[in-house]
Amino acid sequence: MDDEKQTADAETVEKGFKPSSPNSKLDFNGFWEYDDAPQSTDSVDIEEQYNLFIDGEFVSPTKGRYFESINPATEQSLTSFAEATKQDVDNAVEAARKAFEGSWSTISAKERGKYIFRLARLIKERAREFAILESMDGGKPIRESRDVDVPLAAAHFFYYAGWADKLEYAFPARKAEPLGVAGQIIPWNFPLLMLAWKIAPALATGNTVVLKPAESTSLTALKFAELCRDAGLPDGVVNIVTGAGQTGSQIVNHDDIDKIAFTGSTKVGKIIKKSLAGTDTKYTLELGGKGPNIIFEDAPIDQAVEGIINAIFFNQGHVCCAGSRLFVQEGIADEVIQKLRDRMETLIVGDPLDKNTDIGAINSEQQYNKINEYLEVGVNEGADMYQNSCELPEKGYYCRPTLFTNVSQSNKIVQEEIFGPVLTIQTFRTVEEGIEKANNTPYGLAGGVWTDKGSKIFNVSSNIRNGIVWANTYNKFDPTSPFGGYKESGEGREGGLHGLYPYVKLK
Amino acid sequence: MSDRVEVLKTYKTYIGGNFPRTESGRHYEVYDGDGEILANACQCSRKDVRDAVVEARNAFEDWNGRSAYNRGQILYRIAEMLEMRKAQFVDELETVGYKTKKAEAEVNASIDRLIYYAGWSDKYQQVFGSINPVASNHFNFSMPEPMGVVNIWAPEERPLLGLISVMAPVIVGGNTCVILASEKYPLSAVSFAEVLHSSDVPGGVVNILTGYRDELLEHMTTHMDVNAFFYTDEIEQEKRKQIDEHGTLNLKRIRYTPITDWQSEEAESPYFITDFQETKTTWHPVGL
Repeated sequence: MDDEKQTADAETVEKGFKPSSPNSKLDFNGFWEYDDAPQSTDSVDIEEQYNLFIDGEFVSPTKGRYFESINPATEQSLTSFAEATKQDVDNAVEAARKAFEGSWSTISAKERGKYIFRLARLIKERAREFAILESMDGGKPIRESRDVDVPLAAAHFFYYAGWADKLEYAFPARKAEPLGVAGQIIPWNFPLLMLAWKIAPALATGNTVVLKPAESTSLTALKFAELCRDAGLPDGVVNIVTGAGQTGSQIVNHDDIDKIAFTGSTKVGKIIKKSLAGTDTKYTLELGGKGPNIIFEDAPIDQAVEGIINAIFFNQGHVCCAGSRLFVQEGIADEVIQKLRDRMETLIVGDPLDKNTDIGAINSEQQYNKINEYLEVGVNEGADMYQNSCELPEKGYYCRPTLFTNVSQSNKIVQEEIFGPVLTIQTFRTVEEGIEKANNTPYGLAGGVWTDKGSKIFNVSSNIRNGIVWANTYNKFDPTSPFGGYKESGEGREGGLHGLYPYVKLK
Repeated sequence: MSDRVEVLKTYKTYIGGNFPRTESGRHYEVYDGDGEILANACQCSRKDVRDAVVEARNAFEDWNGRSAYNRGQILYRIAEMLEMRKAQFVDELETVGYKTKKAEAEVNASIDRLIYYAGWSDKYQQVFGSINPVASNHFNFSMPEPMGVVNIWAPEERPLLGLISVMAPVIVGGNTCVILASEKYPLSAVSFAEVLHSSDVPGGVVNILTGYRDELLEHMTTHMDVNAFFYTDEIEQEKRKQIDEHGTLNLKRIRYTPITDWQSEEAESPYFITDFQETKTTWHPVGL
């Protein structure tokens, strides 16, 4: 026995174990090299132009105008989308109303649910196509669209499908009735996923919808329209109109819409709330955030560093709940910042369709310029900027992951939502100070807390004024879990049974 | 022996657990059922609203930090105190024109309403919270949490029952509030403040002002440190629009719930509590 063991040990030694670098820095260059791993786009078709989806048909826009959609990774034109006019929005709402009063409110809840189950299955069946299109259209890494956006979108439909015939269990002592026609306006950061968040609960509760995707990312919504046809969904139950802010405002101000669901900036959310003042139109607003991520000295530091990276750099930081304000307890600040920098060095910024890519393209030129302006503001405010040293592709809108240290609470880059891969770092000493700083913002969407101590987790998580608290994790989503903000981060919840409330009137 | 001279009460406001007069020094006249002057009420100003909001915000942490059981006890205690002083409130309602039977019914319903919400204090979280079966290796749960400071217009025509019906669901959920009493009949509200004062409600949790609605509308609905505004009287469209618009400044939740019959069951519901709650979802990994 002993002899055998010794031999085994000897063999292990002989294999030539390479020690890690003396300062424990992650030395990726010395060990591994990445080959390109491009995702083939052979399996997808992108048409030259896309029409509106109204009453079960793809129809040309009444004014015949189309606008170009750019692939942000290449700056090349990808396709063009129809610009919906007021007339088109009217047609879509009329179709939705007709469908609501006709087929959709007469079929039984159980059958209604089965259509939604079909949509969930169809997304899964065409998962690869959806993931590739999402990455080409919006610039997000294929790894994320494939592993996060598309599966979660399907899961949302699956989850809400099951609610359709069980609504009486969701609202104690009340009977739930659908509102009617829902107007839904979604952002460009998670196009298919936001579509699922909006459409699934609306249909499950018996409403019909008119949805407007963001002008820079409308592709997967129109592909989804194909699924509605394939699922045999009655005409007019789902209508998709493309266009920019003007089209959105025609939806918001339409007299025959019973509910508005909006995800986007706080600024636009306030405009929408104002437009609806004095009306009976219901609304939910999922707005901006400036998420605090609080790291305590007793946190599992390496996991926390991974968590911080995921919190701010997921989807190029185009996430309303991104952990964009890092608060590190003073004693570990140097260590955490050093580890963050080391980890940032390993991030691969580049082609969204490469499976190795961690950070893809900034969604649009406009957003790219906005982020760069904020970087300039940060430097002018006297903060210290650190960026990783990776090479960026020559074409396309790319931004290096960025840290700002030496910032203070009143700095613009600490207070305002940047919506890009930009993290500000501050320190704190006591638990109370950490909570106080975390809460010092008009926003209240999401935040994180990292500590090994359970009682501290419950203390901090219950004192953070945010709709979502991730403890020892970050940016986790699930259809069963309500999502939404406190304070100026919005009104209402999406996901879970709480996500049903905004689509029903309770009798 | 000459007839004894009655000691008249000065009706003040209730801010931060104290009974100050309005800082403006102004008053307005309150009339009884026969149109005779009954008393002078404080005509509160913007400054009073601001002071009250500061007190409500300061009281929030303590009130929200108390156990649900404790908040329920305190609501029950308010009911106890009111029960003891029933006669005073029946009298007060009679002076503004209530028939005795109706006044008694209103005070009884007010006491019962407090008891109703006292009982909800440690139950609505169970009914409206959830543990969510997520698909990943995480444990997560969603809980209602109070929004913060709520400004309230108490119903105009129901000086006591109306006020209690809008106050109780707001505070039982851990919020603090600033209430503008019925403009026409403010006196029961001020007397009710004395009940609150003697029933363990910490100062600042409920602040009661009297004055003109039109004058205070803007100040109560635009304050940037207020999280919600609650009113139940039917009002004209133009004013409703104005309230909604003011709410957009800091995304205040505006809850407008017209109630026709305050004695009925439609006037009490756990949904009045959840109207002033946020839902927080907390995640944690499951594993070693």
